[in-house]
Amino acid sequence: MINLLTLIVIVMAVLTIWRLIRVMELVRDLRGEEEPVTAQDNNYNGKLAVIFMIVCFLGMIFFTIDAKKYLLPIAASKHGVLTDNYLYLNFGLISVVFFITQFLLFWYLWKYRHKKGEKAYFYPVDHKLEFIWTVIPSIVLMGLIVYGLKLWMNITQPAPADAMVIEIYGKQFDWTARFSGEDNKLGHSNFKMIADDNPLGVDSLDKSSSDDKITRELHLPVNSKIIFKFHSRDVIHSAYFPHLRAQMNVVPGMTTEFFVEPTITTDSMRLITNNPKFEYILLCNKICGVAHYNMNMKLVIESQKDFLKWYKQQPYVFARNAAVEPAKDSVKTTAAVIENTKVITQR
Amino acid sequence: MSTHSSDHDVHVSEAHDHHEHHETFWTKYIFSHDHKMISKQFLVTAILMAVLAMTMSIIFRLQLGWPGEKFPIIEKLIGHWGKGGKLDPSFYLALVTIHGTIMVFFVLTGGLSGTFSNLLIPFQVGARDMASGFLNMLSYWFFFGSCAVMTASLFVQSGPASAGWTIYPPLSALPQAIPGSGLGMTLWLVSMVLFIGSALLGGINYVVTIINLRTKGMSMTRLPLTIWAFLITAILGILSFPVLFAAALLLLFDRSFGTSFFLSDIFINGAPLHYSGGSPILFQHLFWFLGHPEVYIVLLPALGLASEVISTQSRKPIFGYKAMIGSMLVIAFLSFVVWGHHMFITGMNPFLGSVFVFTTLLVAIPSAVKVFNYLATLWKANIVLSPAMLFAIGLVSFFISGGLTGIILGDSALDINLHDTYFVVAHFHIVMGSSAIFGMFAGVYHWFPRMFGRMMDKRMGYLHFWLTIISVYGTFFPMHFIGLSGAPRRYYAYTSYEGFDAAININVLVSMFAILGGLAQLIFVFNFFYSMYRGRKSSQNPWKSNTLEWTAPVEGIHGNWPGEIPEVHRWPYDYGKPGADDDFIPQTTPYSDTTKSNLPGEQ
Repeated sequence: MINLLTLIVIVMAVLTIWRLIRVMELVRDLRGEEEPVTAQDNNYNGKLAVIFMIVCFLGMIFFTIDAKKYLLPIAASKHGVLTDNYLYLNFGLISVVFFITQFLLFWYLWKYRHKKGEKAYFYPVDHKLEFIWTVIPSIVLMGLIVYGLKLWMNITQPAPADAMVIEIYGKQFDWTARFSGEDNKLGHSNFKMIADDNPLGVDSLDKSSSDDKITRELHLPVNSKIIFKFHSRDVIHSAYFPHLRAQMNVVPGMTTEFFVEPTITTDSMRLITNNPKFEYILLCNKICGVAHYNMNMKLVIESQKDFLKWYKQQPYVFARNAAVEPAKDSVKTTAAVIENTKVITQR
Repeated sequence: MSTHSSDHDVHVSEAHDHHEHHETFWTKYIFSHDHKMISKQFLVTAILMAVLAMTMSIIFRLQLGWPGEKFPIIEKLIGHWGKGGKLDPSFYLALVTIHGTIMVFFVLTGGLSGTFSNLLIPFQVGARDMASGFLNMLSYWFFFGSCAVMTASLFVQSGPASAGWTIYPPLSALPQAIPGSGLGMTLWLVSMVLFIGSALLGGINYVVTIINLRTKGMSMTRLPLTIWAFLITAILGILSFPVLFAAALLLLFDRSFGTSFFLSDIFINGAPLHYSGGSPILFQHLFWFLGHPEVYIVLLPALGLASEVISTQSRKPIFGYKAMIGSMLVIAFLSFVVWGHHMFITGMNPFLGSVFVFTTLLVAIPSAVKVFNYLATLWKANIVLSPAMLFAIGLVSFFISGGLTGIILGDSALDINLHDTYFVVAHFHIVMGSSAIFGMFAGVYHWFPRMFGRMMDKRMGYLHFWLTIISVYGTFFPMHFIGLSGAPRRYYAYTSYEGFDAAININVLVSMFAILGGLAQLIFVFNFFYSMYRGRKSSQNPWKSNTLEWTAPVEGIHGNWPGEIPEVHRWPYDYGKPGADDDFIPQTTPYSDTTKSNLPGEQ
């Protein structure tokens, strides 16, 4: 019954619209020949263009002010602060260009709307003007290129030798971290050695793997130098730390790396953002399968002391090695590495 | 040059006399060799594909705006992929992938170039038809086949391709990694190979026609900017599509014959695979070697159409005709040396990254020149605000907005944080998606009378324009902020991390505007098909335009002009010339008829 009624309503609606269209057609035919675009059309649309522009500008400004509270999360790495400043410089520049050009574009539609019997100003070319507006953007862009490339070179330069080496290992659909231990060297790994008790395929015969530790949370000591080495076992992932302004693709069959110096602990960030539940995060930012959107790992940035306390509790890659080598020593040497890092940072 | 075209004239007009009497439904509407019919075939196919891709975007916008909510309509539309009105996460990725593929390739490449190159090249250069009508027909049927295969892949049991429209291996190579990489992906690749065939057949035809079949007097510097844009686009396509073909072929080998071009060291589903020595990054180089020029294959024809419409409706010559051509050539050249900016964070050498930053930001210079030239054209003009003109202005507006955020994304240091976030989605939907589709709308509204001999309804046109531009800015402007807050693209839901809460709030707004925009397109679709049959009859030259297509009979005859092809005596932009009787002088008017308005050097 309901279906029948719906059908009747739809048929009635279609018929009504059809009749309306017929009436419009008859009116059109009665009016006879008409200019394709009338003075009235130009007036209305010219006015609308200006109104649209004003509403858009106000909307954009309001939205930007309102969105400021979640615009960019506070940068928690050394280079992040620099790229943020550069980003704001870019926003400043492009906003100026944006507002001027858009204003002219829409305002001209009203200002120079068609007037019957008048003629446009015949102005096909002006080499001087063209020269000016080729050269000025070129100079501004050269400035931006130089500034941007300096930053880029700075961020991507080879990491110092004393930086702590941590492997970030991606697979569908989670992350694992492997700390390199006191020798600051990751043991070899091979995808063919992957097994249930060896999810990263670490080579147990390689000496430098004996002190490696695998964790399911990533903890980093604040103000230290860290070089991430990225590995994937299946598809391409992308390790994205939005707060550290760090991102690198994680590609099977090759190692990629990213150097970073975290500057704000999770606790301080909770105070700064006034959010007691704040957590840093490592996300996957390259489509990697059905659960892509759930692939992440908690990141904790903490003081050297808290970090060491946490690190001590983490198990070794191969449990038997832990028995052979006393845990105490390795913690001591890790501490030494970190101590060393701190000294260099302060320098 | 002129001897060539006159030979052709004689030949074609003879052929024309023979053919006219036995034209059947099949030869006229289906396997037509006539450029006018083929352009309509491209346009109608593209509109249907666009409706499909837009519906997909509405479905995933429902999910993104209101995650967890149930929409019975989703189950009605996609069946078991939307059980209980909830979108399946793997089908979400399929929708995102196919939406992108259809929009980029079928609508904005096949639809835009196919429609307007076919319609306007013979008309505006003054030719009876394309150089090869048969190849032109093949081009459409390859395109149709490609669309059919892509649509068929939606009905595959394991789902259509879902590795993103960029189909990066290993995800796209391994059915174990995602269900869509099974038969769905094979069909995607087959469809793309057909599409490349279509693009090459079309492209070669366009180039040959423009170079060889120009009418008497139509020198290269008297070509309308549309034709320049189509020429450059066709050359870009001919040079870059074969590279995508190579990539697709190698990927097919990896998938089906066990080669290791793009695969290495893979352990998946509890077992190591045999692949070794390949590089997934190699695929990205090959893909983006097409992928970046592709952006301009999409954009340049739209800019060409807009240049023509803006000049005509401003009743004023386009400012800096030669600079416009020059900047298109520079953009086209640069488009081949910037592909690496899609790959800053793939681990490629930072120095190589720097080179790509440099070339990428250089693109801003010719782009800025184009924008300033458009503004100078509008300055002191006498603007007729037809729906086509409004859409052309919308294109320029998007070209500015989206181009400016390109300066940020092209900078590798800033790209580290913004790569693959919603900031990128916002950027390319504005600068490539929306501006190209606005160019296409401008073209349809402006040349509809040339195609069907009738006008589209202007009131519906105005409504369509205002609703669409509002929803484009409403959809994509807030997306920048979602990206800045750190939200990655291609996420099914943003519920796993508290830091995304802001993104979720903005997503509601974005989805509402997206739905509004989708509904507004129904007005266009209705207007298009309605006006085809019942629109007001068009006069010979409704926009008082200078170019040749408006000198041909409205009904569109085989061979375009009865009798001889008109001769061209001047450039196409003599609008509002001081001293002239009217505010336009068609290209066919010799200087000897306009002694009052001739400039020094013109006789």
